[in-house]
Amino acid sequence: MYDLSAVRADFPVLSRQVNGKPLVYLDNAATSQKPRQVIEALVEYYERYNSNVHRGVHTLSVEATDRYEEAREKVARFINAPSAEHLVWVRNTTEAINLAAKTWAAERVGPGDRIVVTEMEHHSNLVPWQQLAKQRGAELAIAALDADHKLDEADFERLLTPSTRLVAFTHMSNVLGTITPAKRLVEMARRVEAAVLIDAAQSVPHLSIDVQDLDADFVAFSGHKMLAPTGIGCLYARSEVLEQMQPFLHGGEMVLEVTYEDASWNHLPMRFEAGTPNIADAIGMGAAVDYLAALGMENVRRHEVELTRYALGRFAELEEVIVYGPADLDYRGGVVSFHVEGLHPHDLGQVLDAEGVAIRTGHHCAMPLVRSRLNVPATARASFYLYNTEEEVDALMEALNKALRYFGRAPRSRPA
Amino acid sequence: MMGTSDLDDLYAEIILDHYRNPRNTGLLADPDLQAEGFNPFCGDRVVLTLALGADGGVERVGFEGEGCSISQASASIMTELLKGKSVQEAHALNATFRALMADAELPHGHTPDELGELTALEGVKRFPVRIKCALLPWATLQDALAQPGAVRG
Repeated sequence: MYDLSAVRADFPVLSRQVNGKPLVYLDNAATSQKPRQVIEALVEYYERYNSNVHRGVHTLSVEATDRYEEAREKVARFINAPSAEHLVWVRNTTEAINLAAKTWAAERVGPGDRIVVTEMEHHSNLVPWQQLAKQRGAELAIAALDADHKLDEADFERLLTPSTRLVAFTHMSNVLGTITPAKRLVEMARRVEAAVLIDAAQSVPHLSIDVQDLDADFVAFSGHKMLAPTGIGCLYARSEVLEQMQPFLHGGEMVLEVTYEDASWNHLPMRFEAGTPNIADAIGMGAAVDYLAALGMENVRRHEVELTRYALGRFAELEEVIVYGPADLDYRGGVVSFHVEGLHPHDLGQVLDAEGVAIRTGHHCAMPLVRSRLNVPATARASFYLYNTEEEVDALMEALNKALRYFGRAPRSRPA
Repeated sequence: MMGTSDLDDLYAEIILDHYRNPRNTGLLADPDLQAEGFNPFCGDRVVLTLALGADGGVERVGFEGEGCSISQASASIMTELLKGKSVQEAHALNATFRALMADAELPHGHTPDELGELTALEGVKRFPVRIKCALLPWATLQDALAQPGAVRG
């Protein structure tokens, strides 16, 4: 295991006070905090070698290009991609999914075809497919969850028909923390020759991921949830898929040769990266995966499992709090969504904020799941990362008790 | 810096009372005006029904909603204040309350006194993300008053 207090010292924001209380940052499923190493990589780029990439022969441009492409290689190694050419830089997971939906999938999904997603998709892995299905006259099928909020694998398999062209599923739910058995699901999809996209926005930051082992066609993830800056993310795709994909944006950088009449496309993956890219943040993402790799993703996962176990135990002390998500920690990441009957999450979040505790409240960009499946207008969500501590979970519980008292719901402990 | 006292300003006793015991709940079976408001940010929802009297004024009000204490208390207080008001007066009340929330000058000739218990919501001003919660019922009222039925009178 790693030294937790040394890790915390790397994150400048963790030492700040919020409303006179030490910050307890439990909104990591929304975005993670950034270590000094990532922040310094950004500063170094802007102070030492700020320059455009793949252009000039001057020293700064060469340095910037080297570091930018080196970052791509680092991220490729981090998810065990066969090579850096498999990674397209994008802004975030949403853009990665839209890129796959509006190029590759748009050409392959037609009337009567089926796209399969799950009940717990983030809007970013639901709306692009829903809209594509509407435009193409295809059908969107939704795989159900079981009573424990795990994916109902039998239902998922039942939905896979010969007309299924594409399956898109989350690897870890941002609301429930549910981890899906991605490899098994890919195998099932392969049996009907469906392509697979994995929304790995919540899993790449928290689990050890091997994209070759998963064998999906696309894997989408964001940098900002895994210590990197906002505005940078990746679409991983298999070679065959990338070669078949048509460019989405046309312009500079993505072309090889241009005449007034025509243009030819640049090598992979640059043909999908028109215009000056987000150089600094890509380099920052390289620094982020360096940091994660040094800690070891197995250690990150172990830390979060223990913290989640501890949190679920503490939550169980409160009778009036309903906790969502799988009880089996093999199928759960460090996400605890909860609800107190009669106490709106927004009010709860407000009292917690006064105590310095940052949680997310709302529908978590998964409106159908929260409203139709959990049957509440909104939930409160605490989500953990590698730097969170049991003391912070205790601070959350103390603030939660305070909120219950404030709104006239004296906490009752469960009888032993 | 925010402490418990700011929270006490936000969650004034009047607000908590209206939240726990909302007035005029339940939709009217025969409304002249009806509108629904939804705030996707927090999932707050308000459905408002108004019945107008022979003079065109608001005779009966009923609302249903789900959401945070601020949105629901604002709706409850609003329904109390609407009763007996003409459509024009309802518009004016709406404008006055919005001005209060925006920290702007009240419309000419209007004073905070008209706002009654609504002044309890003044503490919300210090929590910018919550202002939308307080205004949701009023946006819904605006939609209701924009319906053709409201011209009567």
